[in-house]
Amino acid sequence: MKVDFAGQQFEARPAGTLWWPERRWLIVADLHLGKSARMAARGGSLLPPHEDQDTLLRLKAEMEALPVARLVSLGDAFDDALAPEAMRAPDRALLEDLAGRCDWTWVTGNHDHAAVPGLGEIISEISEKAMTLRHIAGEGPDISGHYHPKARLGGTTRPAFLIGRAHLVLPAFGTYTGGLDCDGPVLSALVGPGLALLTGQNLIARPLGLPTKRKRA
Amino acid sequence: MTLPERFIDWFASRGWQPHPHQLALLAATRDTLLIAPTGGGKTLAGFLPSLVDMAEGAEGLHTLYLSPLKALTADIARNLAAPVAEMRLPIRIEDRTGDTSSAKRARQRVDPPNILLTTPESLALMTSYPEAPKIFANLKRVVVDEIHALADSKRGDQTMLGIARLKTLAPGLIVTGLSATVSDPEALAQFMGGAEVLRADPGPAPDIALLPTRATAPWAGGNAHYAVPDVMEAVAKARMTLIFVNTRAQAELFFQALWENNPDNLPIGLHHGSLSREARQRVEQAMAEGALRAVVCTGSLDLGIDWGDVDLVLQVGAPKLVTRLVQRIGRSNHRYDAPSCARLVPANRFEVIESVVALEAVAAGNLDGQPHGPGPLDVLCQHILLTACAGPFEADSLFEEFRNAGPYRALTRAEFDACLDFCATGGYALKAYDRWQRLMERKGLWYLRDPRAAKLIRMNIGTITDPEQLNVRMARSRGGAPLGTVEESFAASLEPGDTFLIGGRVVAFERLREMIVEVANTPRKQPRIAVFSGVKMASSLQVSHQVQALIGDPSQWAKLPEDIRDWLETQRRLSVLPRAGVLACETFPRGDRWHFTIYGFAGRNAHQTLGLLLTRQMEALGLGPLGFVPTDYALMIWSVDPVEDAAALLNADSLREGLDGWLAGNSLIKRTFRSVATIAGLMQRNLPGQRRSGKQATFSSDIIHDTLRRHDPDHLLLRITRDEARRGLVDFDRIEDMLRTNPTIDHAHPPHVTPLSAPLVMEIGRVSVEGEGRERMMAREAEALMREAGLA
Repeated sequence: MKVDFAGQQFEARPAGTLWWPERRWLIVADLHLGKSARMAARGGSLLPPHEDQDTLLRLKAEMEALPVARLVSLGDAFDDALAPEAMRAPDRALLEDLAGRCDWTWVTGNHDHAAVPGLGEIISEISEKAMTLRHIAGEGPDISGHYHPKARLGGTTRPAFLIGRAHLVLPAFGTYTGGLDCDGPVLSALVGPGLALLTGQNLIARPLGLPTKRKRA
Repeated sequence: MTLPERFIDWFASRGWQPHPHQLALLAATRDTLLIAPTGGGKTLAGFLPSLVDMAEGAEGLHTLYLSPLKALTADIARNLAAPVAEMRLPIRIEDRTGDTSSAKRARQRVDPPNILLTTPESLALMTSYPEAPKIFANLKRVVVDEIHALADSKRGDQTMLGIARLKTLAPGLIVTGLSATVSDPEALAQFMGGAEVLRADPGPAPDIALLPTRATAPWAGGNAHYAVPDVMEAVAKARMTLIFVNTRAQAELFFQALWENNPDNLPIGLHHGSLSREARQRVEQAMAEGALRAVVCTGSLDLGIDWGDVDLVLQVGAPKLVTRLVQRIGRSNHRYDAPSCARLVPANRFEVIESVVALEAVAAGNLDGQPHGPGPLDVLCQHILLTACAGPFEADSLFEEFRNAGPYRALTRAEFDACLDFCATGGYALKAYDRWQRLMERKGLWYLRDPRAAKLIRMNIGTITDPEQLNVRMARSRGGAPLGTVEESFAASLEPGDTFLIGGRVVAFERLREMIVEVANTPRKQPRIAVFSGVKMASSLQVSHQVQALIGDPSQWAKLPEDIRDWLETQRRLSVLPRAGVLACETFPRGDRWHFTIYGFAGRNAHQTLGLLLTRQMEALGLGPLGFVPTDYALMIWSVDPVEDAAALLNADSLREGLDGWLAGNSLIKRTFRSVATIAGLMQRNLPGQRRSGKQATFSSDIIHDTLRRHDPDHLLLRITRDEARRGLVDFDRIEDMLRTNPTIDHAHPPHVTPLSAPLVMEIGRVSVEGEGRERMMAREAEALMREAGLA
């Protein structure tokens, strides 16, 4: 779905990635690799340890569908600073394979500011065409992640892009990620009026900042 | 053991004589299951051996009493206090539940009373403490009250595992199960691991009938408001009436309706599980003092709580299970030798038919019931972790201990090992967590890797995985008792100004603050939303079949009230009549959807499975199924396009083929998985501090389920989920049976909703279907929103 933001043309994709055709940049947010390992190490639940593979395979499919020149990860790519080292060997190999296919830019996030993946440039934010690409939305116009937005429609809730005047917020791409309601106080105040694009089979657009209507299925 | 002088005198001073079953239980030397009607002195029978045994004093914990309800433990403590005080027995009795203060609980671990009254969850917690061997070393007896109610659920399996542990800690322990009338006492005795069955005299036959009403029952709906004047009249004539209603929401509505028709201001109370403990206790107190004339209640009063002088029981809505009806009848006239008086108040016409059938079954003594399957493995996983909290264990002896528990007598070593592996490493094909094992084996003993994990494991105890309940309070009230609780999902759906019923009053939602739902008074009489929880009960297959036979045989309609006969006549004229040998179906439009109804009379579970299978086929045919609702009698599916060829859809071969793929991502399976994963300890139900971490850090069990299915389809938890679904949800044999015994398909195309399908439109417990139809509806709704916002 075509998205005009800050005078630029983007394409929001049903899988939850953002494509910038002019630059051939593929932008993703919040991969949260290493989530289950971190929870296990903390003595919590032993969750199915398949989420790194799952996340990377979905990312691979997106990269193979497009002529990607640069992949931009908008922060929280890893669940913590130790995650890059603790990754299982096959998953790490898959990540290295993907990283070798194009340029990578890792924007640092609140979970992985100390991470050193060694697989591309690491930067706290990118300024391009009078807008900023960063992890947490700041002074707009900017493109960011961090909040894992979700939107409700017709009794179903799905991860969603939020598009406001000053902020474009990406859904979390990682398999083990929850979400924050786009109509809740935090995201309403941040994004203001605009659109939510629900991910899934197809992208579905609905307005933001309206009182949501609840209909029973 | 015989009854000592002191006890004989005490009975005599009360003008009583011991019942034969009380004396028989006193003489029992092994595990016993006592089947006795309500009012049969069941509880005293259960405790008599302990009281006699301790007449000259006792050291430490002698008797453990387990009850499915917290309220029962308080009630029993009151009832036991009298004989203990009057006979001056040197016995200390205390209760211990989730409501007991932590200081008292800590003291009980060091200095337990002689008789401890508690719940299965508290027992599980106590056995997980390192002090457990000391606490239970002198234990002589366990009394399990209302064991028929426990045996229906995973709490029963948990209880039996806990008792197996106790038998290891205190060899020679004798267990007594107390049960109301059930269909298959032998099966219940097996559930106890092989107990002797002792039957008390069932007492005189009950006086039971339909409550005559001036107005006729409506076609659909569950609130029975048409009968309110007649109910008030019956209440006015009786001394004390219990009014049983099947769900909490219906109890609220019925209570409100009674008060609107109560010119004499008869004192009527309300009691259900969503009310705060304080509110429930006030009603219990008022009942015990005889200050009330009637109480509207749900299952929260179902189990043998002994409240004063009830002389009339009203059952509003269909009684669902005949056994439950019999147990509720037992509530009235709590004297053993007088017949109980009960009147049924069906809420709609379908329920009138069901009630007539249930009355015949009670008169004939036909109790229904479902056999208890083998104990589920998620409960076993939880128990392994709890055992590890108490201290190191040996795998071989734990396996033997588990096999002493009735529900797990057929447990295989392979199943046990799979559960142990799941607890230790997560049980994944990848073996990813060797470094972070939860349990480690050293020199033949299994330990917790990190002893601090015990705290987390203990917080996850229990097999009830109901949705999170939130307290409801008046806004700006400083402290004070909450009005009650609502489910989290209900709270999440509220917007400021929405009105709903709780505690018999209409309140307006203001906001959700931390975990409190804040509300304000409102002048509105009618709530916008009434339903805040959908407790769904299923009728037995036996009742369903008899209902089908009665509907399909006009020569028997003379048993039915006149308005019901007219209603069935209308159905016959407008559409089809279900009858023996015929599978009746209907297709009709309603709103912007098409509805397809099948009157299968195969029971709720089979209809549910049929709903899953048929919606898959409809998806493949491009009909855009959106959802379905199963009841005991019928299945209704709604879709974007109509079902034209019912016979092709209802083909046994293609249904059987569909069964192989039916597990794929439907919401029922995910719901089952969530409960299994929580019980087995994969998902934490309430982590300390989790509430403050914000929602984006947590993710749903659906994601874990989908990930496992994709990458580890043979994982233990998926196997448990599949087994459970097969037992609970599938019932495929009954679908085949339904198709075989009803070879003719009669498919009508009425112009609108029919008399028989109207109740289905009002049913709760709907299952939504994810697919093209849902995508199309979402797109349609999004377009409407965009237009409304001027964006499209």
